[in-house]
Amino acid sequence: MVEQKPKRIALIASKGSLDMAYPPLILATTAVALDMEAGIFFTFYGLDIVNKNKYRNLKVAPLANPAAPMPVPNIIGVLPGMTMMATAMMNSWMGKANVKSIPWFVEQCQKLGVRLIACQMTMDVMGMKKEDLVDGVEVGGAAAFLDFASDANISLFI
Amino acid sequence: MSITADKSIDCKGLSCPEPILHTKMAINSLSSGQILEVVATDPGSVNDMSAWSKRTGNPIVGSAEDGGVYQFFIKKA
Repeated sequence: MVEQKPKRIALIASKGSLDMAYPPLILATTAVALDMEAGIFFTFYGLDIVNKNKYRNLKVAPLANPAAPMPVPNIIGVLPGMTMMATAMMNSWMGKANVKSIPWFVEQCQKLGVRLIACQMTMDVMGMKKEDLVDGVEVGGAAAFLDFASDANISLFI
Repeated sequence: MSITADKSIDCKGLSCPEPILHTKMAINSLSSGQILEVVATDPGSVNDMSAWSKRTGNPIVGSAEDGGVYQFFIKKA
């Protein structure tokens, strides 16, 4: 059999809420299990997914989310403590479904060789330092992502 | 089922994508021609296993379902 060039997925993670942190991590780890190459570019709020001071405590807000399993009226969702409550609920659902934590998925990405690139420009905007990143996460810019993505079969902005 | 597995992994109770990740790790530890048995309860694993098999070229040589428990036999290519 002729050795084929592996397929590749290039992902952009732009959101830092708990629910939006899962899709890029799940897709990247699964892609490697499917013999693909995978890379994630973390930009703007997505940087929190690889911020070691924050990634254990990502949150989800109950505001303007009518699809939540237990929808909260927006007028209630603005009250203090509601984000904490929604986050606790989501963590409990995830736990019941036996879905692993965000740090677990980040570690799997690293074990499997997923390229993790933090956006330098947004790190500067957010006042984030290289020491704040999970060890082993690269720092790069739009060109670094585009170089990786230009050979990708699948590219998604999340 | 009369297939004898060289290795067996229990993915019962695990959610997507863990059964696939464990399957990949387990198949890496086998030699060509050996059989891996995967037991899972995630209903999505039926489609996921067949997609994984197609993409990695390791054929599913047998599968069964019994009361929400899915069993797959995969031959390492």
